[in-house]
Amino acid sequence: MTAQSTPLSGRPRPRLSAARRLRNLLMGVLIALSTVVVVAPLLLIFFYLLREGLGAMNLEFFTRTPAPEGETGGGLLNAILGSLQMLAMASVLGVGVGVAGGIFLAEYPRHPLMPTVRMLSDVLAGIPAIVMGLVAYGLIVLQFGFSGLAGAVALGFLMIPIVVRTTEEVLKLVPVTVREAGLSLGLPQWLVILRIVLPAAAGGIITGVMLALARVAGEAAPLLFTAFGNPLVNLDPTKPMSALPLEIYRGATSAYDENQRLAKAGALLLILIIFATSLLARRASRRR
Amino acid sequence: MSTPLLSAQNVSIYYGDKQAVRDVNLTVQRGTVNALIGPSGCGKTTFLRAINRMHDLTPGARVTGRIVLDGEDVYGPGVDPVTMRRRVGMVFQKPNPFPTMSVFDNVVSGLKLAGVRDRARLMDVAERSLRGAALWDEVKDRLKTPATGLSGGQQQRLCIARALAVEPELLLMDEPTSALDPASTARIEDLMTGLKQVTTILIVTHNMHQAARVSDTTSFFLNGDLVEHGATDQVFTSPRDERTEAYVTGRFG
Amino acid sequence: MNEPVRPRPLTRAPLSARSDRTFQGLILALASVIVLVFVLSVYQLGRESWPALREFGLSFYTERTWNPVSGQFGAAQMLIGTLVTSLAALVLSVPLAVASALFVAEYAPKWLANPVGYLIELLAAVPSVVYGLWALFVIAPILGRWQQGFFADPANVALYTRCQDLWNSGQTTLQCFFVPSAFDGRGLALAIIILTVMILPYTASVARDVIRLVPADQREAMYALGATKWEVISRAILPYARAGILGGVILALGRALGETLAVAMVIGDSQEIIKSLWGGASTMASVIANQFGDAQERLHRSSVVALGLGLFFLSVAVNFLARVVIARLTPKGIQ
Ligand SMILES: Nc1ncnc2c1ncn2[C@@H]1O[C@H](COP(=O)(O)OP(=O)(O)OP(=O)(O)O)[C@@H](O)[C@H]1O
Ligand SMILES: [Mg+2]
Repeated sequence: MTAQSTPLSGRPRPRLSAARRLRNLLMGVLIALSTVVVVAPLLLIFFYLLREGLGAMNLEFFTRTPAPEGETGGGLLNAILGSLQMLAMASVLGVGVGVAGGIFLAEYPRHPLMPTVRMLSDVLAGIPAIVMGLVAYGLIVLQFGFSGLAGAVALGFLMIPIVVRTTEEVLKLVPVTVREAGLSLGLPQWLVILRIVLPAAAGGIITGVMLALARVAGEAAPLLFTAFGNPLVNLDPTKPMSALPLEIYRGATSAYDENQRLAKAGALLLILIIFATSLLARRASRRR
Repeated sequence: MSTPLLSAQNVSIYYGDKQAVRDVNLTVQRGTVNALIGPSGCGKTTFLRAINRMHDLTPGARVTGRIVLDGEDVYGPGVDPVTMRRRVGMVFQKPNPFPTMSVFDNVVSGLKLAGVRDRARLMDVAERSLRGAALWDEVKDRLKTPATGLSGGQQQRLCIARALAVEPELLLMDEPTSALDPASTARIEDLMTGLKQVTTILIVTHNMHQAARVSDTTSFFLNGDLVEHGATDQVFTSPRDERTEAYVTGRFG
Repeated sequence: MNEPVRPRPLTRAPLSARSDRTFQGLILALASVIVLVFVLSVYQLGRESWPALREFGLSFYTERTWNPVSGQFGAAQMLIGTLVTSLAALVLSVPLAVASALFVAEYAPKWLANPVGYLIELLAAVPSVVYGLWALFVIAPILGRWQQGFFADPANVALYTRCQDLWNSGQTTLQCFFVPSAFDGRGLALAIIILTVMILPYTASVARDVIRLVPADQREAMYALGATKWEVISRAILPYARAGILGGVILALGRALGETLAVAMVIGDSQEIIKSLWGGASTMASVIANQFGDAQERLHRSSVVALGLGLFFLSVAVNFLARVVIARLTPKGIQ
């Protein structure tokens, strides 16, 4: 018998040791269990709010303002209308500045101010919402008092960096050669941007705006000292205004059952709106 | 011979410190097809894009020398690059129709976006340009459908039609058939001869047969230098420079 | 079609590059609002916190007493509360987040990975107040019941009495740190729990994105050596994705530092020295939310804004750190 004559089929088969196999299995199980722990809160919160809040979501909830403390009944019409108004106003600021900022970063990369704008936009994205509330307080409330407009400015500030980032990202997905084709036709750059590049990126920009709206729609902290809240329906943006997250905050920390009940129903409504917006935005971005 | 449509005089092009095109002199006569050939990275695209001032938008890119289009220096003081580009069409390597526009809107985009509203005129231009690009029969019933629904070859002819619609004096084509199948390539090659009637063509190609078939003159670039420039027959059959000969006979590159 | 090629003037046309300058000016003006917002933020926060900073100097951020009645304000206790809650939440959430990211990216079949990915994204979209409400109404009673059960044992009551003496003298021991000091479930522990839940989705989705970017050949090379799945993960994927995950973790830290209402609702709003895991505490953000509205005194109000200023710079610093880490440690070739 010589060494070289060992037949290939006669070699010992490598075997996975039991320890390695066990560890592999164990880690797989641990990873799956951790995932359950991660997603469990979402289901727990959602079903808790469904159980506690769905019953309170009746016609009165959508058509009345909160009953005075200690009385029963009432709804959150003031908060629903307040949120809608402030989000609309915030969008003007957030979308106007955000989309322009995204265009600036994506289309004018050689501009000397570009790095500054990019950096400050990133910095703003990381600033806590409550701090933005303090800023809007100092800018507006100190002079004009609490108002829906002040709340909207705070929310708009929060929207800007989110919209900037998505706009820049989707604009950069439009191939350079599409821009060059436009320029080679003798179109000025602004027409190429507005009529060719922006339409091609519109789906993504809308997705970004919706995600930004979903994000700020749930913010109560920046509204505490700006919009302040209002037990009555208010359609005047220069007066204090309520919002869904504000009512949830006040209700949840209130001692009255009735306020807590409204807070839970409000929370259910709020997360339903936010989930719907997020899912819609995600579907829109998928389709591209 | 009349004055040339285009003449490049001592053109050098730099990306930052790096020189990509060195001291090129070249003339192009009206109504001709002119091929630029050479190995990858030799500066063909770079030279082509200097003609319609595409480098204005590339960070760090710099063009020296003179490029004279129909008697006027395209880099001259007071020359508006936007207006200048209108006179020079460009067709790119990959088809790049405007993604959100219909076939019709793509063809007339150069006019429509610049403010031409007259429907009858736009329709007329669209038909003429599409016929010029040999695409009319294939798309005349789907002018309103999205341009991205066309095949690759059709999209490229659409891009040619789009360039023709603004009636360019000079049409720059950068490897217009390299992303296409042989049938589409043949159709576009067939087009060129007809296009000579309306415009002048400067085409970059890697395909020797294509250069030999369609062009009147051929310029051979190597490492940023224009090595040889002459009538296509001469360049292919009796090149003056041995490097040209090596290249056209396929011995390198 | 065969018109003669006619010369056209190169200059002076309706669509000139001049209109580009107008448009660029407009875009620049709007984009400058971003710069303006930043400058105004610094200016406002600086101006409003000036009285407090002038009174206390920078020791405002190192002094531990916060007493609106005596007019003494030092932010150290909240700074500690902020760091303790955030870091504890981070430590608790990172393993879970990375595990769920591995599950989505490596284990789950597509039909499961997609819905789980959705759920994690939705989790990130739940507003802070809603987390706070849930913590207050659902988790706090559970903790409260446990705390009451703790005192059912007489030995524990004796322990509690001993600890209380210590606490009253402003001290604590490791054992006393874990003895409940409240009965309603609110306090530092609940704040950490809810903060953990809140930052999980951020870390998880960053980790997932990073893990998905690990090139297939890195995995395949390990598999080809006969490695098990876990060995591939621990030796090829995690080392490769480490920098990105770390960057995501630091970003999550930035979020945790500024999380406001959920924490404010459950942390028990105490500005005293933290003596028990179960006792009240406060963070910079929670004090702003709880006290700014009621602060009448000029110095009190200014001190609250100074907390905001500190929070502002803390988040800026953390964001920079995250970006430096990502830029430094990312393997070349993935952006
Ligand atoms: N934007 C740029 N920045 C820096 N260098 C560039 C840039 N574009 C091209 N180059 C360099 O300039 C040289 C010429 O490139 P060019 O694209 O003109 O070559 P080409 O002849 O068109 O090649 P191909 O046949 O592969 O298209 C190359 O070395 C290339 O790397
Ligand atoms: Mg090229």
